[in-house]
Amino acid sequence: MDRTSRLLLATAALLLVGTFVLPLWQIELEAPQYPEGLGMNIFLHTVEGASPNDLESINNLNHYIGMKRIEPDSIAELAYMPFIMAGMIVLGLGAAAWGRRWTALAWVLLFAVLGVAGMIDFYIWEYNYGHDLDPRAIIKIPGMSYQPPLIGSEQILNFMAHSYPGIGAMIAAVSGMLAAWAWWRSRPRPPRAGKLQRLDNDLGRNVSPN
Amino acid sequence: MNPGLFPRSVVVAIVMVAGTLFVACNSAKDAGAAGDAASRVYVAPGTHDELYAFMSGGFSGQMSVYGLPSGRLFRVIPVFSQDPEKGWGYTEETIPMLNTSFGFVPWDDAHHPEFSMTDGVPDGRWIFINGNNTPRIARIDLTTFRTTEIIEIPNSAGNHSSPFTTENSEYVVAGTRFSIPMFENQDVPIESYKENFRGMLSFVSVDKEHGNMDIAFQILMPGFDYDLAHAGKGPSADWMFFSTYNTEQAHTMLEVEASQNDKDFIAAINWKKAEQYVAQGKAKKMPGRYAHNVYDEKSHTATSTMKDGVLVLDPKDCPDMIYFLPTPKSPHGADVDPTGEYIVGGGKLATVIPVFSFSKMLKAIDAKKFDATVHDIPVLSYEAVLAGEVEKPGLGPLHTEFDNDGNAYTSMFVSSEIVKWSLKDFTVLDRVPTYYSIGHLMIPGGDSKKPYGKYVIALNKITKDRYLPTGPELTQSAQLYDITGSKMKLLSDFPTIGEPHYAQALPAELIKEKSVRAYKIMENTHPHVTLGEKDTRVERSGKVVRVYITSIRSHFKPDVIEGIKVGDEVYFHLTNLEQDWDTPHGFAIKGARTAELLVMPGETQTIKWLPDRPGIFPMYCTDFCSALHQEMQGYVRVSPAGSSVALKHNGLKQ
Repeated sequence: MDRTSRLLLATAALLLVGTFVLPLWQIELEAPQYPEGLGMNIFLHTVEGASPNDLESINNLNHYIGMKRIEPDSIAELAYMPFIMAGMIVLGLGAAAWGRRWTALAWVLLFAVLGVAGMIDFYIWEYNYGHDLDPRAIIKIPGMSYQPPLIGSEQILNFMAHSYPGIGAMIAAVSGMLAAWAWWRSRPRPPRAGKLQRLDNDLGRNVSPN
Repeated sequence: MNPGLFPRSVVVAIVMVAGTLFVACNSAKDAGAAGDAASRVYVAPGTHDELYAFMSGGFSGQMSVYGLPSGRLFRVIPVFSQDPEKGWGYTEETIPMLNTSFGFVPWDDAHHPEFSMTDGVPDGRWIFINGNNTPRIARIDLTTFRTTEIIEIPNSAGNHSSPFTTENSEYVVAGTRFSIPMFENQDVPIESYKENFRGMLSFVSVDKEHGNMDIAFQILMPGFDYDLAHAGKGPSADWMFFSTYNTEQAHTMLEVEASQNDKDFIAAINWKKAEQYVAQGKAKKMPGRYAHNVYDEKSHTATSTMKDGVLVLDPKDCPDMIYFLPTPKSPHGADVDPTGEYIVGGGKLATVIPVFSFSKMLKAIDAKKFDATVHDIPVLSYEAVLAGEVEKPGLGPLHTEFDNDGNAYTSMFVSSEIVKWSLKDFTVLDRVPTYYSIGHLMIPGGDSKKPYGKYVIALNKITKDRYLPTGPELTQSAQLYDITGSKMKLLSDFPTIGEPHYAQALPAELIKEKSVRAYKIMENTHPHVTLGEKDTRVERSGKVVRVYITSIRSHFKPDVIEGIKVGDEVYFHLTNLEQDWDTPHGFAIKGARTAELLVMPGETQTIKWLPDRPGIFPMYCTDFCSALHQEMQGYVRVSPAGSSVALKHNGLKQ
């Protein structure tokens, strides 16, 4: 890879630092009694209310339907995800330093696999919260489950739940694209100047290749 | 209009129809709720009012909070009177707030709300209100809309000219409506009024940061009745103006005996000078017992401290501190215009409204233009201090406020109207009837340096046929008028709680964002707080049983308690674990001879319960909190005194 591609790959890796402080995913809840809204921000290492007491409020509401409490400390993924992300940053920087083109592709593929695995894990997590309900729940509606959507909006009893990526996930996506671009632009090609010359000739212009 | 679009005849017809409608609307009786007026006060569902208005509750002892221009009632803040709805004055935490040197006094007569000011403009931090009967001043925090401090005024009776504030709320004042014998010599014949009865003007300091009040000093005055007051502003900021009546010093049949003098006084007090005299040690420490009650928002608990002794200045030792402005016929209002130059007296029985000039007053003092000296206080020459008189204003001028265009508005009790007049030439510009017998009036910011203007509110004593009748006791009312045009226009009227003596209003933006939604549970320092269900328990110590109980939608913990005995003293310390917005829980227990608890999120409140018979006593949440509110209940078993039933409960800490 040339200097630009290596810089791009390094930038892609460093961008991921942002995922340590910005939410990866956001879930917003709307209901008639909550004009101010309730929300949950999912970070690499924790789950927080969008406002200071939102998580407690959501847990309190969830007890009516027998849902387990959302306790960030007891979610294993939140414990190891920061290490995976840190590993990706180190690998990305290492690949940029080494400069072999295949390392960029390997990094992008690894990142994509981890991303898909993360989404599957998130879905399973949502599924379990939405389905693994206390049999003595206060409100029981036959056939009803309370799984929030992976992405998009869904009406769950009196709440409209919206689920969408947070800035952290967007940064991760941009990071992946930058790395892919680093790989793509450093593919073997004929000399740049000749190509330009041919193009310019086709257009009937004469531009000196400089 | 494009003449090509419609034939001319159609345009003419439309204009004629519109004109007819316009005339029809204008001819509706009083134009009260017609057309344009209705849209001016209409605040669409879900949208907010432009202003908060705070009205005194009069003999209800409370203060009410309305939205303007809608006139919608939002809240009644308990101040001087017990309020079983909110547990105010019933809970162990709030009982000390109503303590006085007379003991627990569960009622007062609340007259005049007054905002804290910064640079002569309401700053939205606190609002003060006076208790007239057992002299007190309360301070209400505008982030919680709760009474957080009450200070008793010693050596006072009928705390009416209160709690008007200086330009930066250095002081709120308290003047005695009733003169009384002072200090040790109190048991005297009433007919010895002239020798023994004195008035007292108190200056209560306000802590700049926390608002805490303290009796800074008092001024011993002649035995008149001190009615109302207002501070100067700008050039006159160092002065406080108190109206007086009964300068005749009558002690009986005041309606006749106190209406004889052609002129009573407005007392102009240079409080900066008074401060200097105090600093120079001219004030004497005199007896005066008073209670000082402070509510702490972290421990959610009030403490009452009994204090004794105040610093008293005697005008005879303090030259150049007080001057009397002769003012016709038993003045009520002593009101200062936004520039601080004009002082307007509202002589209840006067045929003119006198307007005094502050700059002329200073000149008259320099030139010693005194007509007399009354009780060691110089009386300035009326002509020397007069800026002008408003001729034929109406009958019974009481109180004046100001807009931001150099106009004054005076309430006329007897002729039941508001009169608008010009501060430029003191001529009457407009008058509009009120229904009926207006007392005070209020323009938002109308007693400050920067009136917000737009509206004037009449605070009426009598309503008779204005609303559906409710037996012999009828509501008092407030009436809202538009003052943006040259003519005042009645927009709406609405009933009020108690008697609205005076009111204050400010733009909602100034305080609405600061409104507290919940108390932070982790900052709760109540000595009997329960910081989570894991700590819920019942403890017995002799006959005292303390129940550490929590509420969260939709249950109490513990909700089953046994082993209480007749003769026990049971304290329910209820901590509301909610941290969400608008989630108070109530608590009531059968047969309680006190009241309910109404506990805000994150707060702890305590009700004392004295079970007097064996049996099962249900308890429940009174504030509809959730879908399972009706399930939010529990049982307490009471056994006979000396029974062997052991203490038992389902709290999580056994």
